[in-house]
Amino acid sequence: MRAYLLKQAWQRVRQLSGDDAYERYLAHYADVHTGQPGVHAPLSRAEFFKQWQDQKWMGVKRCC
Amino acid sequence: MKAFWSRAGWAGLALLGAAALAHVAMARGETLNALWLITAAVCVYLIAYRFYSAWIAANVLAIDATRATPAERLNNGRDYVPTNRWVVFGHHFAAIAGPGPLVGPTLAAQFGYLPGTLWILIGAVLGGAVQDMVTLFLSTRRNGRSLGQMARDEIGAIGGTAAMIGTFLIMIILIAVLGLVVVNAMKHSPWGTSTVAATIPIAMLVGVYMRYLRPGRVLEASLLGVILLLASVVFGGWVDHHPVLGALFDHEGLPLAFGVIVYGFAAAVLPVWLLLAPRDYLSTFMKLGTVLMLAIAILWLRPEIHMPAITPFIDGTGPIFGGKLFPFVFITIACGAISGFHALIASGTTPKLITSEGDIRMIGYGAMLLESFVAIMAMIAATVLEPGVYFAINSPAGVVGKEALDAVNAISSWGYQVTVEQMQHLASAMGESTLFARTGGAPSLAVGMASILGTVFGEHLLALWYHFAIMFEAIFILTTLDAGTRVGRFMLQDMLGNLHPKLGETSYTPSVILTSALVVAGWGYFLYIGVIDPNGGVNILWPLFGIANQMLAAIALSVATGVLIKSGKVSKAWITGLPLIWLLAITTTAAYEKVFSSDIRVGFFAAANDLSQKLASGVLPPEKAAVAPQLIFNQQLDAWLTLFFVSMLWVVVLDMARMSRRYFAGQPVRPSSEAAYVASRLV
Repeated sequence: MRAYLLKQAWQRVRQLSGDDAYERYLAHYADVHTGQPGVHAPLSRAEFFKQWQDQKWMGVKRCC
Repeated sequence: MKAFWSRAGWAGLALLGAAALAHVAMARGETLNALWLITAAVCVYLIAYRFYSAWIAANVLAIDATRATPAERLNNGRDYVPTNRWVVFGHHFAAIAGPGPLVGPTLAAQFGYLPGTLWILIGAVLGGAVQDMVTLFLSTRRNGRSLGQMARDEIGAIGGTAAMIGTFLIMIILIAVLGLVVVNAMKHSPWGTSTVAATIPIAMLVGVYMRYLRPGRVLEASLLGVILLLASVVFGGWVDHHPVLGALFDHEGLPLAFGVIVYGFAAAVLPVWLLLAPRDYLSTFMKLGTVLMLAIAILWLRPEIHMPAITPFIDGTGPIFGGKLFPFVFITIACGAISGFHALIASGTTPKLITSEGDIRMIGYGAMLLESFVAIMAMIAATVLEPGVYFAINSPAGVVGKEALDAVNAISSWGYQVTVEQMQHLASAMGESTLFARTGGAPSLAVGMASILGTVFGEHLLALWYHFAIMFEAIFILTTLDAGTRVGRFMLQDMLGNLHPKLGETSYTPSVILTSALVVAGWGYFLYIGVIDPNGGVNILWPLFGIANQMLAAIALSVATGVLIKSGKVSKAWITGLPLIWLLAITTTAAYEKVFSSDIRVGFFAAANDLSQKLASGVLPPEKAAVAPQLIFNQQLDAWLTLFFVSMLWVVVLDMARMSRRYFAGQPVRPSSEAAYVASRLV
């Protein structure tokens, strides 16, 4: 039980910080795009991270 | 039976909260234990969350968990992503809680602990949290549209434009005042300056690490950064004692201000991954960690509050900022009670992550309560100091005098005993050369935090804790500065793009440099004036920021009230209507006093006229006469800015009233822009 809770907490921390963003992207990709014609292969980790980070900072992100 | 115990539990909690609040309000002893404040606050939050927010969610907004959210309907794996509620809560809280709830309560403590505390509690549960939750709800129902877009769609074009211009100007003033807070914390402090300076290369290293060395390994990189930051605090102590390095980092305010300005420009032009993004990770971890540590330390230590409940300065004669309790306590504490800026976060980013409408209450209302709690802790950290020490740190030299002896005499004459030796002893314990006239709130908060944390985690480490607190404040002040300059740049590019399309391209280098320089020049000007102003600058800029932030809150509440009225919920529109009326009252009164008051410590024009007369009759000392023309111009500019903010506010409110009148008269109004119902497949 405790191991399960710790694992859950760790997952939340990873998700909160964006540490697992690439894994979630791959999962989303596998869900939606697999088998569709004309769809490019998933981005590499480095490529994905670049886009993710640049896009994350396009608006009001921090307040007073 | 279970229902009985639940009711009994809530009734008991209500009684406990009422008793704690009564004790906080009535206690007139020498000191008051901080635990009373914490107990009162926690009970108020729990009851408001359990009953008021639940009632709003169910009966006013009619939140429908079976309705698919934009994250579900428009899921693209990027910005629209259904996300775990705790993760969204964390993102939302990290986005809304910046340095504001730390600085405001510290300054407002000049009225005593009671007025600020009551406003933080009441303002948050009835105003700020309602604003955040309703805005989040409205934006979630509208595919995550921004506040400006919603104002345009639901009320009229005027509201949207006002929200945009308002946001831009708030950003400029906010950055200037935060820059000033950092400059005042670094002034003649080699330890503080070197530690703050070290955060820049550390952030860059972390940026390179997560972009190139180990792409996307955010946690690894952040851990590395946090360790380096802690090391830089220790290293700063060594620099402080080093004959050469110590002198290298020992500066007056003005060169530090120029340093911050150059840094701000560089940060806006450099790619985000190099400085802004990694700094943001570090500041978020630091923020969450330190707030948690402070909460534990306060609970463990249960420190005594030495500040009286109410000081004589409620009559407007306070040294830290001029103006009476009403309306200035409500302007000084914006973040922590009600902050219009939150409406920008609650519309736009957060609604695109919400999995179920059922999460809106916890994220919108709950995160604001947590920010309010941070403000309560800042209030505690400021008021555990001896009042004499608090006033000695926070009173500007222009008010109490430049010499230490003059300052302690002035402060002691108000009835708050403090001696030069006591201040010297405190300064050397904190590893600083002096703590007199360190305005802006950061040094006094750091002294308060250091004494709380030092007692729990090691008394001999006071100087380390002090500079840890300075680093902690500086790192997310600089994050807000970077992020704000960048947002200002995007907004300006957007506006200029209407004149000349090429200027609107966010990747067109000449436009990037031009707009960044304009934004930096905007806040740099106010920062510069703040530094050369012998009264410290914070006393001018902070109220201006408060008025601007409350104006934005009033715009958000106008949009919310207008939508509630239009959707036939007239009898319940008071949930946002009453806070709106209150904000109108305080913002208008504060603006009126700032512009027309004949008291030179309050009225901008009065201060400008007074200074011109003194300059003309030649009674000013030469160093003050040299800067007087700039100060006079600035006071006049501030008066016009205030007038501009308050007229913006009235234009939006009257526009909302016009729309409501049309609705009541049965005339056509703009149709609701709410997205159509789609059943959720996640329930």
